[in-house]
Amino acid sequence: MSSGVPAAPLVDPGVGRGLTELVRKRYLLELLVRKELRVRYWGSSIGLLWSYVKPAVQFVVFYFALGVFLQLNKAIENYPIYLFSGVVLVNFFSEAFGNATRSVVVNAPLVKKIYLPRELFPVASVIVAVIHFVPQLLVLLVAVTVAGWRPGFADIGYAFAGFGVVAAFALGLGLLLAAANVFFRDVENVVDLALLVVTWASPVLYPWTAVRDVLGDGLLLTLYLSNPVTVGVNFFHLAFWAPGLSGPTEFPPLAGPLLLAALIVAVTLVAGQTMFDRSSGRFAQEL
Amino acid sequence: MEAVVVDQVSKQFSLRHTHSLKETFVWFTKGRDVSNRFTALDEVSLRIEQGESVGLLGLNGSGKSTLLKLMSGVMRPDGGQVRVRGRVAGLIEVGAGLHPDLTGRENVYLNGSILGMTKAEIAERFDDIVAFSEIERFIDTEVKFYSSGMFLRLAFSVAVHTRPDVFLVDEILSVGDEPFQRKCFARIEQLREENRTLVIVSHDLPLIERFCSRGLVLEQGRLVCDATAGEAVRWFRGG
Repeated sequence: MSSGVPAAPLVDPGVGRGLTELVRKRYLLELLVRKELRVRYWGSSIGLLWSYVKPAVQFVVFYFALGVFLQLNKAIENYPIYLFSGVVLVNFFSEAFGNATRSVVVNAPLVKKIYLPRELFPVASVIVAVIHFVPQLLVLLVAVTVAGWRPGFADIGYAFAGFGVVAAFALGLGLLLAAANVFFRDVENVVDLALLVVTWASPVLYPWTAVRDVLGDGLLLTLYLSNPVTVGVNFFHLAFWAPGLSGPTEFPPLAGPLLLAALIVAVTLVAGQTMFDRSSGRFAQEL
Repeated sequence: MEAVVVDQVSKQFSLRHTHSLKETFVWFTKGRDVSNRFTALDEVSLRIEQGESVGLLGLNGSGKSTLLKLMSGVMRPDGGQVRVRGRVAGLIEVGAGLHPDLTGRENVYLNGSILGMTKAEIAERFDDIVAFSEIERFIDTEVKFYSSGMFLRLAFSVAVHTRPDVFLVDEILSVGDEPFQRKCFARIEQLREENRTLVIVSHDLPLIERFCSRGLVLEQGRLVCDATAGEAVRWFRGG
């Protein structure tokens, strides 16, 4: 036989090895990512530039509505940078989580007819979101550099930590809800609703102290601060906004919430992967 | 040496897929509604040796395609076990894995990769794949602008060039014009000579007799005849 060792073992077809399979199938993953980008921008004349337009519009709207009209410009130093560094991260989370949730259903024609590790779909969605995030990050970097920001090693570390927490959270939730969405299409609508809330559930548009003043210093505040997206946003503020400040600012506690958030993310990832794996054998017949 | 082992395999499907809130609640509290089940395969056992070419016969709804899907891994059995040896390529449906918004070229890479080829293997066989499909001029056109014949040619061409150890073919040989069909038959002949395993589902009985050494007849999810292709075809015609 020309195609391989004749004594290949008998194996169960259609049984993946979870996320570890991605390493073996990285070329296929790359092709799926390219496919998603190509399909999304097919027939569009400006293509990937669209990923600048949405945050730009958002930024302008928030800046005038909140910064100028509600005068947060005066309450928060360098408000445009405060605003934009949070907005790009939340946008990344929304896209990664939202598209991962839909990824299996959207790829139904493939899932129904042909076997490939199903984890590839949500993971590809998250990678596409990363690709859309990079240009926004570049804009942010240009903005903060113009504003006089010179990054230290610690700042870069904060940025990676914040991004890592949010990306892992989006993937974990995405796996969990992508599987659920196959069985109950209501899920994607629930996720859309949740994503409406996300921007407001973290100190993206307003200062965290406003929340503390209402919630007090107790358990509720800890819960608010331990939302993995909030942790990510706070770390992004620390990385991009804090270094440009003229005087000291009151920062929320970071270490405790980071640990709690890491725990939440780990549980979400394990639960998501387990649920996804268990139900993936039934995707083809349910779609 | 066996290439495919199917051991006591059963598969059931839900007849209704509505997920209203009420049904969901019932589903969670009382478990699955048994009247809502349809048995597609009922404790089927069979072994296919490497190099065998097997024809699957049966009326519509007898479970042929389900069995093929279980072998390819698209679905998993509810009971029993399916195991296969080596690389499996399934042409379960025409153009499975071809994306309409991608060009022919992109689809060759995507589909080839899905079917288990590495990047280097696809690059090496790319020219052969395109030559076999005879759509050179359109290879950089999006597949959605292809005619159904071109679509099929490309899909088939990619699949046969994966050099699968086990090749599953579901009722696709009847599409395409005659010269292309002849080419496909020659290719299948070649796969057989290379000692690869073929499982073919078709209602075209002469085709089964021509290509297969063995025939299996399924009836309402049960294996009712396992014999040479000629005998199986006679059984099927008589039954």
